[in-house]
Amino acid sequence: MAIFVDKGTRLIVQGITGRDGSFHTRQMLDYGTKVVGGVTPGKGGTELFGVPVFDTMKEAVARTRANTSIIFVPPAFAADAIYEAAGAGVALIVCISEGVPTMDMVKVYDYLRLKKVRLIGPNCPGIISPGLAKVGILPAQIFKKGPIGVVSRSGTLTYEVVYNLTQNGLGQSTTIGIGGDPIIGTNFIDCLEAFEKDPATEGIVMIGEIGGADEEMAAEYIKKNVTKPVVGFIAGRTAPPGKRMGHAGAIISGSSGLAADKIKALNAVGIPVAEIPSEIVELIAAKLARKKTKARKKVTKLVIRKGAKKTAPAKKTGKVKVAKKSASKKKAAGKAGKRR
Amino acid sequence: MKIHEYQAKEIFAKFGIPIPKGEVVTMPEEARKIAVRYERPVMIKAQVHVGGRGKAGGIKYCKEPDDAFFAAQEVLGMNIKGLIVKKVLVTEAITIKHEAYVGMIIDRQSKKNVVMVSPAGGIDIEQVAAETPEKILKLAADPLLGLHQYEALQLASFIYSDIKIARQAAGLIKKLYNAFVHSDASLAEINPLVLDGENNLIALDAKINLDDNALFEHPEYEELRDLDAEDPAEVEARRHDLTYVKLDGKIGCCVNGAGLAMATMDLVKHFGGEPANFLDIGGSSSPEKVVAALRIILNDPKVGVVLFNIFGGITRCDDVANGIIQAIEKLKPRVPIVVRLTGTNEDKAKGILESLQLPATNSMEEVVKLAIKEVTPLA
Repeated sequence: MAIFVDKGTRLIVQGITGRDGSFHTRQMLDYGTKVVGGVTPGKGGTELFGVPVFDTMKEAVARTRANTSIIFVPPAFAADAIYEAAGAGVALIVCISEGVPTMDMVKVYDYLRLKKVRLIGPNCPGIISPGLAKVGILPAQIFKKGPIGVVSRSGTLTYEVVYNLTQNGLGQSTTIGIGGDPIIGTNFIDCLEAFEKDPATEGIVMIGEIGGADEEMAAEYIKKNVTKPVVGFIAGRTAPPGKRMGHAGAIISGSSGLAADKIKALNAVGIPVAEIPSEIVELIAAKLARKKTKARKKVTKLVIRKGAKKTAPAKKTGKVKVAKKSASKKKAAGKAGKRR
Repeated sequence: MKIHEYQAKEIFAKFGIPIPKGEVVTMPEEARKIAVRYERPVMIKAQVHVGGRGKAGGIKYCKEPDDAFFAAQEVLGMNIKGLIVKKVLVTEAITIKHEAYVGMIIDRQSKKNVVMVSPAGGIDIEQVAAETPEKILKLAADPLLGLHQYEALQLASFIYSDIKIARQAAGLIKKLYNAFVHSDASLAEINPLVLDGENNLIALDAKINLDDNALFEHPEYEELRDLDAEDPAEVEARRHDLTYVKLDGKIGCCVNGAGLAMATMDLVKHFGGEPANFLDIGGSSSPEKVVAALRIILNDPKVGVVLFNIFGGITRCDDVANGIIQAIEKLKPRVPIVVRLTGTNEDKAKGILESLQLPATNSMEEVVKLAIKEVTPLA
């Protein structure tokens, strides 16, 4: 399991014949993502890397039964590409394009909310569920399948953190870059909710930055709804006010959007915030270890019950681990049962 | 992008929002001539990208043309919060019966355009919000349908009890909403919105912030950019498609990606150094971009070391390494350069840089520590 993208993802690349679109189509195919088609108006009927190209999203979806699209078009056309994808009936849209006007996003956000279509981005690196699918531009070689869910407003900083995690043996269930713009389709809270439900995710790393109050809202949400361990990082402690720090959304305006406030909000609900990126590994490892020793007895029974139902379809990848877990934890299950 | 009051008023006028007659000048004599021509008292208003101009003495009432001359003389060249006044707006003085506030922003939380009004105009709206929040009415407009007439009237009636004036204000609020949406602003504000002696509403002040992401849709707005008000290095960086923000320290930073660039600055500070800048060289970093980036960083005389922190994903480390080689040849830097190149093609990059014998490392923390160690004291 993972969140938002997996083996069931059937992807259309919007702008597939462009420079970035074609390059990353190749990369995604190599990773094993099911790229079932591409769209470039005027190039319908051709093929790229064996992938059929269509003139419109409507045709592409009808012919390929795609459920996801990724957008690599210039920012001026990004909103339109999103509307086209939503209109064609995909359930998930990942918009990589940087520089989409915010006023466009106000309308897009509302339209997709009504249509119940999920948008990731814009101005984001996309999403990867290691071993299952990559829908984005993230460098695949640094990722490894594992128990950590990573959600971030950044691109390269995410790679830095994931690289550290992987180097230290902590793989990822899904890593998602939600984007650096003021208005984005999928926020921290959406990802936290999905990670909380995802059985493959045991711990969550949340990478925020200055600007807006999404981290503060996420803290509130975690307090009420998230039982899995979460650790945070906030970039921009030294950023001056009133300056856009690269991302359109990374700006301290007036007294709002400060790193200190975000760190305070997260700490207040028991989420440790790493001072420096490398510290994230120690913090999440410690939290996972603590959770395991504390909850071993209590949780075992639940794990086995859920496992019994769900292992069947997920056997291929999780077989060895699941078998071991259930065997060693069955003994403890009796005790936990009595206690309840 | 911030624009000046007089420029915002030009946009207002296009959308039918009443504004006082006015002209921009750079010489005191021109101010006098305008005052003579208007045959009435005028205001001299400093045109700088900063709030609190009035308190700083940048706005003056002038009864006679001579007063306009002296006021303009005083205000031109004035330093307001670090910005030098190079232009003043000469505008007819208006009789003020009542001052109100009307503003709108793109609200990040609700992800909607939020309109705010208050009968307490003329003062900083953040102050009103903090001290007397009951004096502010906020309304989120439907993103797809826009601001309805009845909503505009509801907002206007919160300010004015007289229905005639409220109707007039509702029309004006709708016009401002149109200006806001159609100019792709992130903020549009009238503070104060004034009721004059004849019960006419007029936008005495005007503020618009434009969304940089939308400037391609409005090429005409590029002319509104006041290059004098911006750091020349930031202007130069934008020309090369780089994002640069100047800071006060000695450690120059060249990083790919905004988040990593911020985290690098934070790390410099964490280990006891002071970053000289934020610089994001962006995704596909060609050698030319690296040269431009290094030139901009080295132009800051305070810089005593330059650190490269590159996490190659889409960015290829060998491209950056080639850029560093070219930059060193061209610019002959006076300060040490330390590098961290990890990720795509890092081995190639190491081969390229081998001959230079630059202090190099694989980790972000190490490169920051190296930079702090290598920083050269200023002469």
